[in-house]
Amino acid sequence: MTNAWTDIKNTDLVVIMGGNAAEAHPCGFKWVTEAKANRGAKLIVVDPRFNRSASVADYYAPIRQGSDIAFLMGLINHCISNDKVQWEYVKAFTNATFVVKEGYGYQDGLFTGYDEEKRDYNKDTWDYEIGADGYAVVDETLQNPRCVWNLLKQHVAIYTPEMVERICGTPKDKFLKVAEMIGECSTPTKTMTSMYALGWTQHSKGSQNIRGMAMLQLILGNIGVRGGGMNALRGHSNIQGLTDLGLMSNLIPGYLNIPTEKEADFATYMSTRGFKPLRPNQMSYWQNYRKFFVSFMKSMFGPAATAENDWGYQYLPKLDVPGYDVLRIFEMMKQGKVNLYFCQGFNPLQAFPNKAKLAEALAKLKLLVIMDPLQTETARFWEDHGTFNKADPAKIQTEVIQLPTTCFAEDEGSLVNSGRWLQWHWPGGSPPGEAKTDTWIMAQIHLRLKELYKKEGGAFPDPIVNLNWSYKDPGDPTAEELAREMNGSVLADVYDPADPTKKILEAGKQLSGFGQLRDDGTTAGGCWIFSGCWTEAGNMMARRDNSDPGDAGMFLKWSFAWPANRRILYNRASCDLEGKPWDPSRKLIEWDGAKWAGYDVPDIAPTAKPGDVGPFIMNPEGTSRLWVRKMMRDGPFPVHYEPFESPVANVIAPKVRGNPAARVFADDWKQFADIGDPAFPYAGTSYRLTEHFHYWTKNNHVNSVLQPEQFVEISEELAKEKGIALGGWVRVWSKRGELYAKAVVTKRIKPMTIDGKVVHIVGVPIHWGFVGAARKGFPANTLTPFVGDANIETPEFKAFMVNIEPSTGPVVA
Amino acid sequence: MNMELSRRSFLKTSGAGIAGTSLGAFGFGEAEAAVASFIKPFHLANTTEARNTCTYCSVACGIIIYSKGDLRKGEKADIVHIEGDADHPTNRGTLCPKGAALRDIVKSETRLTQPMLRKAGSDTFEPVSWDAALDKIARMMKDDRDANFVATNKDGVTVNRWLTTGFLAASATTNETAFATYKVVRSTGILAFDNQARV
Repeated sequence: MTNAWTDIKNTDLVVIMGGNAAEAHPCGFKWVTEAKANRGAKLIVVDPRFNRSASVADYYAPIRQGSDIAFLMGLINHCISNDKVQWEYVKAFTNATFVVKEGYGYQDGLFTGYDEEKRDYNKDTWDYEIGADGYAVVDETLQNPRCVWNLLKQHVAIYTPEMVERICGTPKDKFLKVAEMIGECSTPTKTMTSMYALGWTQHSKGSQNIRGMAMLQLILGNIGVRGGGMNALRGHSNIQGLTDLGLMSNLIPGYLNIPTEKEADFATYMSTRGFKPLRPNQMSYWQNYRKFFVSFMKSMFGPAATAENDWGYQYLPKLDVPGYDVLRIFEMMKQGKVNLYFCQGFNPLQAFPNKAKLAEALAKLKLLVIMDPLQTETARFWEDHGTFNKADPAKIQTEVIQLPTTCFAEDEGSLVNSGRWLQWHWPGGSPPGEAKTDTWIMAQIHLRLKELYKKEGGAFPDPIVNLNWSYKDPGDPTAEELAREMNGSVLADVYDPADPTKKILEAGKQLSGFGQLRDDGTTAGGCWIFSGCWTEAGNMMARRDNSDPGDAGMFLKWSFAWPANRRILYNRASCDLEGKPWDPSRKLIEWDGAKWAGYDVPDIAPTAKPGDVGPFIMNPEGTSRLWVRKMMRDGPFPVHYEPFESPVANVIAPKVRGNPAARVFADDWKQFADIGDPAFPYAGTSYRLTEHFHYWTKNNHVNSVLQPEQFVEISEELAKEKGIALGGWVRVWSKRGELYAKAVVTKRIKPMTIDGKVVHIVGVPIHWGFVGAARKGFPANTLTPFVGDANIETPEFKAFMVNIEPSTGPVVA
Repeated sequence: MNMELSRRSFLKTSGAGIAGTSLGAFGFGEAEAAVASFIKPFHLANTTEARNTCTYCSVACGIIIYSKGDLRKGEKADIVHIEGDADHPTNRGTLCPKGAALRDIVKSETRLTQPMLRKAGSDTFEPVSWDAALDKIARMMKDDRDANFVATNKDGVTVNRWLTTGFLAASATTNETAFATYKVVRSTGILAFDNQARV
């Protein structure tokens, strides 16, 4: 989230699209209710189902799953065509005025440089025109036909209300009503907030769904303001924190990158990370990259990271592909190329697509290690549960070690919420039986491995034996020690270069923030964006003062928010060019003539004069981006692409199948239903129920009583057509697998007309499996295709094709 | 009777078994004291409180965990109740149907309580000691890493990666656990490293 849960009360219009906050984030949704009750805010829901968020909306519009980009580009087209644009904001705070260099173009669903064989682009032309002064060329008048604004106008022109209806199935009048309500938020005194979740991410073009709305929000001037923003409602209690800390194939904590093998040495690695400003005076804060990186390496390898060995650069592995994401690793596992696999609090047999493929892959491992508080299906993938999990244990040679871990109630530390607040918590109970904390387990594995390498030698022991592990009890580091390490500390005294008698940093002290990080090895810091979380003043994450000056919803003394305790990102953009709030009734910060100050920590240097420095301080442009240069694999603007399995061909680009830049493994192509395949005529989607959390709460008696049994949801029309009765058993199958469930026949789902063709929707809640207190059932991934988003490989769980028939229910052995 | 007593102070006193006396001190008559003596002692009396965060979604509602026994005194603590934290700015004491049932996930019958091993071809898990489990994991990691570590690629560039072992990290553990996990996993050269954010 750019903003905070408590900030939603400041909005005038909530758009829930790509999520279902009332059911999936009920206590956060209360802030929508608050805005409606106290500000007269309106709520729009756009979703394939008339869900519980829709049931309390002021306006609901149906949409076919997987067609969001057409809808969003249609909204942008509407705003541009009807002058619903916050012009001052767009001209000053976005790259609308930047001129794109000759050569870049877009036609028939593809951008310049497409290579069909590689399913990838040569992106050389996707950049700005650079002037003789070394800066990007801009046209303040927006007359240049190659400025971003004019390219955008041209790009979205095809997405007329009629086209939106054809692709999305949203009746034109409903689309126009939504567009009109949204367009009103282009005035500087009206704001809209976007609340989205997996309904946008779980598509082969998920990243571009989100970009589409971000672009709309910029055009309306809604980023950086109270009651505005792009608000990703994250799913797990610390999914934000694990992402911030870089527990992904290609990341280093704080959104730094693991090197690729093209970056043979540190100098080469840094050579593309200069982040030279693209416009005069811009902050381009990533210019400090080297400080973040070197301080991380000092935290990681301590004294073994030296200037001489490039801070241990070669201790880091180098990538030969963009990343070893979960889809790639399970593909490799299926091919027999993976021997050991660890699942720490993770149930991939349920959580990744195409369960049959996952089970086949797991059976090829030598060792599967499970660390979990609960029994999981993955830990028991080798068990035979009849139709729910067919397996022959005698034939599966994988050894499984299952380690019992503590849960939230038994451990101490911080979690990052969706609004980037790091909140500390304390344990309330003793672990059951022999359960241990994950930290203890990781420490024990590390110490044993280190011992083996010291004793026996072996393949490149250096990063293991030199790992900085200077905890009081190396076998069980404390949460405090690790939190202090993430914050960062001073390793050696640092003196003012202008006055060598003046000590500016003292060895042994905690850093007060990332501004103190250095690239000469005198500071260590595990995760630069968390710096400030545990300073000399103590544990800032444990702060519990819930005062809220100005009733602004910021709560600056409650916990700690990254970065720098800032609650609304880009908040400089809440003011006009003179530094006055766009909406004085919703002041956030303002320029007082000498500095920025207000209810939030300014997202700009405190003394940076308004007009000089742009609000998007991380970007070399100083502005936000309506057009993203080479930063997305599938194009600088979003394009409507059909899901890989789809009832119709792509209306705007009939020759393009799926997202043309998404990676697909050969065997998985064979398991996709053809476009418009009569064997799989119905559009399937997966979703969550308010009583359940993923595959956890089926282990909980209370939740299992509330929602004991699996169901699928279909329209009355489809039920009639197929002879399916409410509560009757059905069989649902895709090209990858089948499930049996009871049918819930509702008015909440309606057939849609897509490009002249009637398309029925089948809804599949995800929560069931063969372990737990609820009745046995089938996880939704029995059906879903093995393909991910082109940029970040999040699987396409939300749009796939199935068939359905009445059935007698599963045969239970 | 109109008892304008705060819920907490009333319940504390009755739970402490001095209901009659303190009610008397508040000016109630014998009849009320007699009624009070039949009230079951409040089940949260004599519990310790810990501030925590709901383990499910990222709204991150504040919760209070009530336990018999005090971990801070080195005692065993048994969780008897979990409820919303009214001081928390986001949820202001409220919880959803999942959060309201948190105690039952802590106490789930399918909680794991001891290390287990499933041998190749076996149809069952069998108990194993922590030491045996951890030794086996470290041994197999080392053997696999030594056999499959890629020090240089075909062009002779140092790449120091290990691709035959992968690690999926949790998404409900703390930042501190995540950081410790990051250090251990990355130091081995593992690149197949991912977390729930991927899906």
